[in-house]
Amino acid sequence: MIKPKVLVLHANGTNRDAEVAYAFTLAGADPEIVHLQQLRLNEKSWHDYQILVIPGGFSYGDTLGAGKLLALDLQVYFADAVKKFIEQKKPVLGICNGFQVLVKAGLLPTPFQNNTQATLTFNAQGHFECRWVTLVAQSQKCLWTKGLVDPIDCPVAHGEGQFVLNNNELLSQLITQDQIALCYAKPDGQKADQIYPYNPNGSIGGIAGICNESGTVMGLMPHPEDHVVDYQFPRWTRGQKGRSGLFLFKNGVNYVK
Amino acid sequence: MQISPKIHRFIVSHKPEHDHTSHTLLKASHKLGYESLSSITCHDLYFLQGNLTANDKSRIADKLLSDPVVQNWFSENEELISDQQLKKNTQQYLIEIALRPGVTDPVAEQIMRAAQEIGIKSLMQVATGQRFIIQSHNKLNEKELIQLANRLLMNPVIHYFALGKITPLFPEDATARHETEIIALRELNEQQLLSLSQQRRSALSLQEMLAIQYYYIKLNRDPTDVEFETIAQTWSEHCSHKTFKATINSQTEKQTINGLLKTYIRAATEKIAAPWVWSAFVDNAGIIEFDDEYQIAFKVETHNHPSAIEPFGGANTGLGGVIRDVLGVSAKPIAATDIFCFGLPDVDSEKLPEGVLHPARIRDGVVAGVQDYGNKTGIPTVNGAVYYDHGYTANPLVFCGCVGLIPKNQHPRDPQSGDRIILLGGRTGRDGLRGATFSSMTMDAQTGEVAGASVQIGNPLIAKGLIEVTVRARDAKMYHAITDCGAGGLSSAVGEMASTIGAEVNLDTVKLKYSGLAPWEIWLSEAQERMVLAVPENKLQELIHLCQIYDIELTDLGYFTHTKQLRVKYKQQLVLDLSNEFLFDGMPLKNLEADLSVELNNSYLGISKETNNKLPELLLKLLSHLNIASKEKIIRLYDHEVQGGTVIKPLTGAKNDGPADACVLKPQGTKGKKGIVLANGLNPEYGKYHAYRMAVSAIDEAIRNAVAVGADPSRIAILDNFCWGNPNDPKILGALVAACKGCHDAAIYFGTPFISGKDSLNNEYMAADGKRHAIPHTLLISALAIIDDITNAITLDFKNAGNEIYLIGANNKGTFLGSHFIKVGGYVSELGEVPQLAENNREIYRQLHHAINHKLIKSCHDISEGGLAVSLAEMCIAGRIGCEILLENKSIESQLFGEANGRFLVEITPENRAAFIACFADDLADEIQLIGKTNNRDSLTVKYKDAEIIHFSIDELLKAWQG
Repeated sequence: MIKPKVLVLHANGTNRDAEVAYAFTLAGADPEIVHLQQLRLNEKSWHDYQILVIPGGFSYGDTLGAGKLLALDLQVYFADAVKKFIEQKKPVLGICNGFQVLVKAGLLPTPFQNNTQATLTFNAQGHFECRWVTLVAQSQKCLWTKGLVDPIDCPVAHGEGQFVLNNNELLSQLITQDQIALCYAKPDGQKADQIYPYNPNGSIGGIAGICNESGTVMGLMPHPEDHVVDYQFPRWTRGQKGRSGLFLFKNGVNYVK
Repeated sequence: MQISPKIHRFIVSHKPEHDHTSHTLLKASHKLGYESLSSITCHDLYFLQGNLTANDKSRIADKLLSDPVVQNWFSENEELISDQQLKKNTQQYLIEIALRPGVTDPVAEQIMRAAQEIGIKSLMQVATGQRFIIQSHNKLNEKELIQLANRLLMNPVIHYFALGKITPLFPEDATARHETEIIALRELNEQQLLSLSQQRRSALSLQEMLAIQYYYIKLNRDPTDVEFETIAQTWSEHCSHKTFKATINSQTEKQTINGLLKTYIRAATEKIAAPWVWSAFVDNAGIIEFDDEYQIAFKVETHNHPSAIEPFGGANTGLGGVIRDVLGVSAKPIAATDIFCFGLPDVDSEKLPEGVLHPARIRDGVVAGVQDYGNKTGIPTVNGAVYYDHGYTANPLVFCGCVGLIPKNQHPRDPQSGDRIILLGGRTGRDGLRGATFSSMTMDAQTGEVAGASVQIGNPLIAKGLIEVTVRARDAKMYHAITDCGAGGLSSAVGEMASTIGAEVNLDTVKLKYSGLAPWEIWLSEAQERMVLAVPENKLQELIHLCQIYDIELTDLGYFTHTKQLRVKYKQQLVLDLSNEFLFDGMPLKNLEADLSVELNNSYLGISKETNNKLPELLLKLLSHLNIASKEKIIRLYDHEVQGGTVIKPLTGAKNDGPADACVLKPQGTKGKKGIVLANGLNPEYGKYHAYRMAVSAIDEAIRNAVAVGADPSRIAILDNFCWGNPNDPKILGALVAACKGCHDAAIYFGTPFISGKDSLNNEYMAADGKRHAIPHTLLISALAIIDDITNAITLDFKNAGNEIYLIGANNKGTFLGSHFIKVGGYVSELGEVPQLAENNREIYRQLHHAINHKLIKSCHDISEGGLAVSLAEMCIAGRIGCEILLENKSIESQLFGEANGRFLVEITPENRAAFIACFADDLADEIQLIGKTNNRDSLTVKYKDAEIIHFSIDELLKAWQG
């Protein structure tokens, strides 16, 4: 069977592309790191890929707001290609900076709306933070989290990860439409809500990741790609086995297989 | 006369519930003593020059400058508060700041680019700034406002300010003030030569000036300014390490040392002759073997003076520089380290010498600088230390290290005659040129003078692009040689690459940040994020394409020759024509005098009058001492997970908040179970008494830390970084010689070769007595080691109740000279001595490693600052597991708090006891000592002579340690 091809989009400042490519390799896919310039120059083509990933990093140095300038690139250069990709229901995943990009490009929570529904802004703590968190899956609509029963342990590493909505109605709308993909949790799997440091950034409703209405596009702040082998888990020297993030990637791969 | 297009002013504010900066600033202002302030509101300012329509303006503001969900924006006519209002309400003040023209401003650059992207072509230039609306219960006069601005809101080195609305400034489109100048050097007498050296701030000695004069007399001409500046740079302490090469005489010991580097440091490496060392002291970074496929490079640099002037930019470019060093050996950066020495953060602002930034501000700025650069280049910052001493108040030390991975033998270093000289990366400005002179000049905001010279601010986004390009260019074999542009800029980079062949350079092609640079400024600029490559003609197109993809600017500067001559042209004129032989070997060796009579300074100022120690209280004081307390707040600001290879992290234990002795990396993409261990050793306190023992102790500590997590003691390479005072002072030089001897002896003893090093001399500060003082002699030892199987790595947190706790290295008695116990007011009847190397340490490390490899050890922690008690407390804290120990009938202070080398605490299960003890047989049998057991009581108990002398709950320990 041919392995699904994953487009790992690299923009200036992207830095977790290699890790997410590794995670997709372990999940049985064939990832390729492609610089957006290669797409602009038509050296690479969107049609050749079944999955799109926008990885973590500091695209354009996070200048003028995390993810904003890469979001602008998507809107200016790739509006049609991205629209087609999403309309064909090909899985799209944005991690950390990629999540910020998807939201700021107006592709999440509701694609092709204006980008004033939601944003990711500075952590409630006011600074960048790198720490391990626990995630629990919520959405059964989201192809990435569907069937995910166990929590996931993985790190966050961001300064602008607080998920904010323009109004509270949007939150209930997201809940009703099953668009909340992942929530921050305490280590025992209980939802963290606003409790720091389990919810590391003060996101509304303890939201770590959301998906679009059709469940094919997901964005999340934490880095499941940084927990795909046992020795990445912080407490392995205590004989503990962490709950891997690999499941998410396998879900995406299985969906297109 | 042409009217210049309008400058449009935009203000962007966060909605109050999302405004963190204002809150942080207010807190900081209260800390600085401005308690009357009730609020500081911070807004971003953008100045956009160009013929923009109203529609353009709102598109730029909506799409680029603001986030509609959390921010508001205003243009000039919709100010939040007008100047009139400000005047009416006298308790409200406005301070605005902006970056000086020429200071690197990535935000302005991105606005220019993005405006084009959304189809707005009429934007000409952009400047950025901030404004602060200050509300106060008390009236503030102008002087107080300026002081507040300087202490909290800006740094005059990179910013200018206005009490009210600021007028934006742009770099003036100036033509060069002068072209090349000829310096009439031949007819000068000795006095005149020296004053020329001073006048051009070249720091060349008379001996060196005479050598230059002699060279030009032979050539029968005078030097150009480009040549003179090039020689001054190449022969500078920074580039040529004169002191470490100098001949040192000692009257006291009747001894002559022909170069410290050769006699001690390199000599150790040569004597050890480890087959796994691939490159030591030759390249930009040291290189050792990792496995059959890869090599590892490591380099540690200091960036002290720039960090004292502009902490953020100084540390930012400190890390940037060392990343480029690693790229300069064709390695992909995979980890960063950072070790800082600061003044005490609670010092009274009023007592600081004029012009000195507060240590707390230096610390925050330095940490933010490393955070910014490390995180944005995607390099995990995994190992470090922070050390506080009043001796670093005006002269902080900032050590940045970088580790890189290279496929075996993929680092080419043979530029060929005919290869193109290719410059990659950022544009060239006056960055870093004669920085010291510029920073002390009064810069008039009205003149539009380019001020970028005084400081270097980094642009990590370009560094990231350089990493992507370099690694791919290496893999596709696009270059024959590579080096970074660091100190001395193109002059050093091209000069060194061409040192065995020759080069023909044309400066006209260099892309500039702004016009008006003289040829010598272009040639010597220390603008950041630039690499120089020797590229064969037939690979050039490929490289150009690669750079186009990764958005990195490429400039063809000329070509390499076989003439052994370095020639530089500017506007068809030959401005430099020097023989390699003179430039690189023409410098006369320095002669220095050292006082080698070892002096033990026993007049310990910190000694306590108290003769009755309150041991429990002293333990808590030690745990909360800044040098020992948790560094979690700093560590979490760094991304230590990126690249997915951090196996033993800087924070460990049951709650991920305990310390780690060292870090273990398993780089993604490498096969098998081999890993890399990074550790460091630093103890300036010992150096105050005994430089030799400080050096051996720093090496012991670095190795001890590495071994504690599982490193193979026979596969450890070390790096030295000396930060010292003025070597022309025989006593200071004497201590440097002693430290080098210590480095030599300890390296040979442990079989740990030096692979790279760096010295930063003339670190001095002005003390309250108005005199210049050297900083404490400081030696950082960084260790790079191999662990054969990462699954054998261990951490220091106690794992289970019911296990036995052993002290390893039990014969090394704790001592107090220079110890932290004395620093927190502990009393001892006898100070003892500075810890030295003990006879058994090497064998102890081997056996401990053997035991770790056989999985006999559950947890292991080295004993360093604060002695056994502190290590024990840290193991309890990290594991959230209690313990009880029983000490021997000897000096209790010495057992609990004394410091010595070669010691560890380990946790052993009862089942492994026999096998563990068997590892320490014969001569080592009395080096291990059972001192207690872990338990379920969530507390630390110390018993002595049948009495309980210390008992704390883990929560109490944690509170002291975390603060």
